[in-house]
Amino acid sequence: MKKYYYDFHIHSCLSPCADDDMTPNNIAGTAVLAGLEAVALTDHNSSKNCPAFFEAAKKYGLIPIAGMELTTAEDIHIVCLFPELDGAMKFDAYVSKYRMKIPNRTDIFGEQLIMNGEDEIIGREDYFLPAASEITVDDAPNIVSLFGGICYPAHVDREANGIIATLGTFPENTGFRNAEFYDHGKEEEYLRKYSALAEKRLLVSSDAHNLWNIRDKSAFLEIDDEPYSSDRVRRQILRLLGAEI
Amino acid sequence: MTVGELSKKCGFVTVCMPEPDREVSGCYIGDLLSWVMGRAQSGNAWITIMSNVNIAAVASLTDVAVIILAEGVILDESVVAVASQKGINIVSSDVPAFETAMKLGGCV
Repeated sequence: MKKYYYDFHIHSCLSPCADDDMTPNNIAGTAVLAGLEAVALTDHNSSKNCPAFFEAAKKYGLIPIAGMELTTAEDIHIVCLFPELDGAMKFDAYVSKYRMKIPNRTDIFGEQLIMNGEDEIIGREDYFLPAASEITVDDAPNIVSLFGGICYPAHVDREANGIIATLGTFPENTGFRNAEFYDHGKEEEYLRKYSALAEKRLLVSSDAHNLWNIRDKSAFLEIDDEPYSSDRVRRQILRLLGAEI
Repeated sequence: MTVGELSKKCGFVTVCMPEPDREVSGCYIGDLLSWVMGRAQSGNAWITIMSNVNIAAVASLTDVAVIILAEGVILDESVVAVASQKGINIVSSDVPAFETAMKLGGCV
């Protein structure tokens, strides 16, 4: 078993609220400088920069995970992670059918840039990505699993789009086996208040929207990585996150 | 005014009404359940567009008289079953929260 320092919640320049210099190569390079070893790209309701992120990660020696931060029908943010890039892209196509089609106002919200592995702009998303989808928080785990992935509530310790603030508590009997904290150190307080969290694996990730918010390594998972390959470690991480604690 | 009378007067559609004789006093509008939990008062009519099953739990906790779903929001049958079982009145209004609240004006 080896420790893998991770950050499973980072936004690229495809998210309107993220800096335009959150390019696939800048994220991969900064993550490696921060000591991270496995990083997921989780843009709002889109995985369209994941192919470029995979190319960039390869150059920097980082293990990439394809993901998305899904906005549910209740405006709750859910981190979705996939063992294979292909599964994420199929999920991306699925979600695009269930998004609100509100044109993005770049003057207010910012650009939504799609890049290639060389950080060149190859497209723009026209509709405002973070708007609510029609997928409910109750249905999300089953739908994501159809694409081989797992999902869990993002930043449960934050009021904006956190599941606890939105639903008033961490609901019992969900299909979630993990919960993400934004602040390292809040876990104890939340475990005392919300009994459903006791059965969850508690993860910590940065939700970085700019390069200086990518934090130095702190949270880690222990992974059986022999015989080693980047693909194998990624699949092992997903297997671990999909298992009950 | 009771929930049954109010609903009839305002033209709301009944989703479930196990306790039509509850008296209504005052109104609270909100969708972020953590806020509603701390602010809605016993006996209120609570206007929301939230359809998650936790609205039944929050209605029980705050002891509101009725949940009014604005904008014609439709509930999953499982939510209606939980609400009925917990004695929660739910009605539906086909107009947004402000217009729904305007209809309540003078009644509560």
